[in-house]
Amino acid sequence: MNTEQRLRLATVWLSGCSGCHMAFLDLDAWLLELAAWAEVVYSPVASDRKVYPDDVDVALVEGAVANDDNLALLLQVRQRTRVLVSFGDCAIHTNVSGLRNPLGAAEAVLQRSYLQLADGSGQCPHAPGLLPALRTPVLPLHALVPVDVYLPGCPPDPARIRAVLEALRRGERPRP
Amino acid sequence: MNVCSLRIDDRALTVAAGTSLLLAARRAGIVIPSLCHLDGLTPVGACRLCLVEVDTAGPLAACVTAAAEGMRVRTDTPLLRDIRRSLVEMLFSEGNHTCAVCIADGDCELQTMALRVGMDHNRLPGRFPSRTVDLSHPLFGLDHNRCILCTRCVRVCDEVEGAHVWDVGWRGERCRIIAGLDQPWGAVDSCSHCGKCVEVCPTGALFHKGSCGGDHPSHPERLAALLRGRRRQEGPP
Amino acid sequence: MSTAATAMLRVCTAAGCRSRGGEQLRRHCATAATEAATEAATEAMAAGAPPLRVKGVGCLGPCSDGPLLAVDAEDTTRLFGFAADQASGRARAERVAAGLQQRLRATGSAPAGAELGTWRPPGAHLIPADDPFLALQRRLVLERCGLIDPGELDDALAAGAYRQLRAVLEQDDPAAVIAAVQRSGLRGRGGAAYPTGLKWQAVAAMAGQRKLVVCNGDEGDPGAFMDRTVLEGDPHGVLEGMAIAALAVGADHGFVYVRAEYPLAIARVRRAIAQAQRRGWLGTAIGGSRHGFDVEVRVGAGAYVCGEETALIHSIEGRRGTPRPRPPYPAERGAFGLPTLINNVETFANIPVLLRLGCEVYGRGTKVFSLTGPVRRGGVLEVPLGTSLRTIVETMGGGSASGRPIKAVQTGGPSGGCVPASALDVPVDDASLRALGTLLGSGGLVVLDAGTDMVDLAAFFMAFSREESCGKCIPCRCGTVQLELLLRKLLARRGTAADLAELERLCAVVSSASLCGLGQSAPRPLLSTLRHFRPEYTALLNAEAGQPQAVQP
Repeated sequence: MNTEQRLRLATVWLSGCSGCHMAFLDLDAWLLELAAWAEVVYSPVASDRKVYPDDVDVALVEGAVANDDNLALLLQVRQRTRVLVSFGDCAIHTNVSGLRNPLGAAEAVLQRSYLQLADGSGQCPHAPGLLPALRTPVLPLHALVPVDVYLPGCPPDPARIRAVLEALRRGERPRP
Repeated sequence: MNVCSLRIDDRALTVAAGTSLLLAARRAGIVIPSLCHLDGLTPVGACRLCLVEVDTAGPLAACVTAAAEGMRVRTDTPLLRDIRRSLVEMLFSEGNHTCAVCIADGDCELQTMALRVGMDHNRLPGRFPSRTVDLSHPLFGLDHNRCILCTRCVRVCDEVEGAHVWDVGWRGERCRIIAGLDQPWGAVDSCSHCGKCVEVCPTGALFHKGSCGGDHPSHPERLAALLRGRRRQEGPP
Repeated sequence: MSTAATAMLRVCTAAGCRSRGGEQLRRHCATAATEAATEAATEAMAAGAPPLRVKGVGCLGPCSDGPLLAVDAEDTTRLFGFAADQASGRARAERVAAGLQQRLRATGSAPAGAELGTWRPPGAHLIPADDPFLALQRRLVLERCGLIDPGELDDALAAGAYRQLRAVLEQDDPAAVIAAVQRSGLRGRGGAAYPTGLKWQAVAAMAGQRKLVVCNGDEGDPGAFMDRTVLEGDPHGVLEGMAIAALAVGADHGFVYVRAEYPLAIARVRRAIAQAQRRGWLGTAIGGSRHGFDVEVRVGAGAYVCGEETALIHSIEGRRGTPRPRPPYPAERGAFGLPTLINNVETFANIPVLLRLGCEVYGRGTKVFSLTGPVRRGGVLEVPLGTSLRTIVETMGGGSASGRPIKAVQTGGPSGGCVPASALDVPVDDASLRALGTLLGSGGLVVLDAGTDMVDLAAFFMAFSREESCGKCIPCRCGTVQLELLLRKLLARRGTAADLAELERLCAVVSSASLCGLGQSAPRPLLSTLRHFRPEYTALLNAEAGQPQAVQP
């Protein structure tokens, strides 16, 4: 396959631990093979690009939607991407990112983390415009935008990441 | 012995009359999914995962339906597949199941069931209920977030250990397992610390304190072994 | 039936009229009658005639006109209501009592009540005997209800109570009783419409020394109060039916299971049991025969699901009221592991009647309904099975009272559905209503006018089932929650076509996968309104709602 027709691939990191991205990087040597037929157009681990580009073929989106920045980026991704892959358990079930959901408003978590458990000098972070506002509840991607492919796992097994990408390259939609 | 012949999926078989469809299918090598059922405990037909289609009748729970002469049973149809996936989705949506931080990750019947029914995501919105963890017992803990109300613990404590520490309190979506008269587990004197409830728990709801991921002590199969041993000791009836 | 000599005031003191001051009215009238009699006796310097009898009775029918008062004098009965009377219960009772006393004084020492033939209680309106609400009824189960004092066994005996039991005891042929019930074609009146005779036969055929008879009085559908009416108005009729059933199937013990929300019914049944025991109609050697039959009352603890027979059995046993899979059916293995016959209140009350009338006269029998909603005349009525819904709602109920046309009639409560106004000619029997996607149910008829939002109605019933789910099986415990959330989402105009499709998919899962009837039928009000009023659902859909900006948790 020549470079003209390379798949335009993005990876996106919302509220998650980046473990899914680490699993992606665990594909090691295969990544060189991937580079032969896919161009990474946006990625926290493989691109310096700060703005999500247009006309993306496949996006692996890791993490749940926990704040306003996450939501804004997800909406951009959905608009500009043909195949959106919900990548990993946080994206699919909220997982660890959603542990605060049963506590109700995000405020309770902030209080607990920054005041109750602090050494006495604690203060709640407050920087409007600089820090994105937390959203309640933390939601999985498919609760907000249509999702094309689900790739579960915490993190997903690298072999399965590879299988999904290869299937998408062939124009197939992987099913569970 | 009274026997009956029936057909389960494409297999014809003969079993003792009164055998549950769940066991009959197992004899034929067909494992019908189930969560509340456990060999050795009274079946309750509560989880509904073992629903099968019998002749033209609507779905019936295989664990509480007796095999009968001439029955035609189907255990895997599009209807049953959709029901089973929906049921597992319901379980995930009504509790707080975070596999990544659960002691039972990798050794959890709910997790295995989700894989089996092909639940790649949950179509139902999560309820994220506020639930508690009871750590009052010296040896064991109960995390209500992970409980699916299969009542195996209730039954094993009542039927096998004879202590009846556990029961179900409240109703509907507010149901939860209660110890004694809704007391902290550690305050219930009738608990003999036998740990059977922990062994039969299909999820990480009941656990040994101090254990962590990888040494989850769920051993539901030990119950059947224990009961076999008891029968042997009691001798033939 | 009444003569001048037996002139009488009958005041409804059942739950409906009681809530509107019926008991107060009875008490004041009784005092007025006693005082008038004393005065008359004093003036005549002689022992006067006994005071006019003022009797507290069970339901007289058109509850919406309550409190109801029947005046029996000079061979006629006139029924009065106070629907338009704005006075408080006490003011009304004092006013009526004063009027009564005045009229009785005028009578002097003549037989009490002789002048009551023309008396109209002040503030009351007459409900004519030929009013369709009264005239089109066929009161079999409710025959004695409203005539007798339910607290007085003698009253009931004089009106024929326990006569069929005596006959059955004398005949001492259980098989003949079952055969008669089977021939009558009687079906259970609690909602499931199972042939009663078959059930009796199944229990009778069970081996075993001990069997039980259980009366299901856990009536829980919103808008249903037929069983309460029967238990409050003629408890002996139900006990007689149970005793006959016990003889027929070979049971020696029975339970009347009544929901705790019916305190008056519970008190009256308890009193009736005590009276019947004292007179030998319950207990050992009933009616002097070799048979014994004892009855206890079990009071529910507020769970709708306990109307389901296996949950009811658990509740009687003192256990958690949750259903279990059937088989084994209660006939085989019921309360305390014993073969158990469970019938509904109204079913038992039918037994003495059909035995007395014989199958020919009994015909298809009757059904007691409670009619509520914006109709001109609502309350409890008993009509022949197969009467059209239109007759009940428009002719007997007088049609809409709100000025808006009738839109539908809800039948069968949270397990039933709606009959749209266009289908009101349907005869009320189980098969016809099932064909329309609803149920005859236990007999609650809730009339809905054009102001009713059918999606909101579906959400109300789903919320009911969600609240009343016992939680044992997943599809009901969790499915009712998800269904209500989806309905609320639609009502908030945040739903999409995909949500509507999901709603229908979940309905199918809940109805086919749930363990008991509550879960299996919980989607029915939703499915029924979808079937008949789908445009109301689609009108709520919001194409924009799919956009994430609009998504608010």
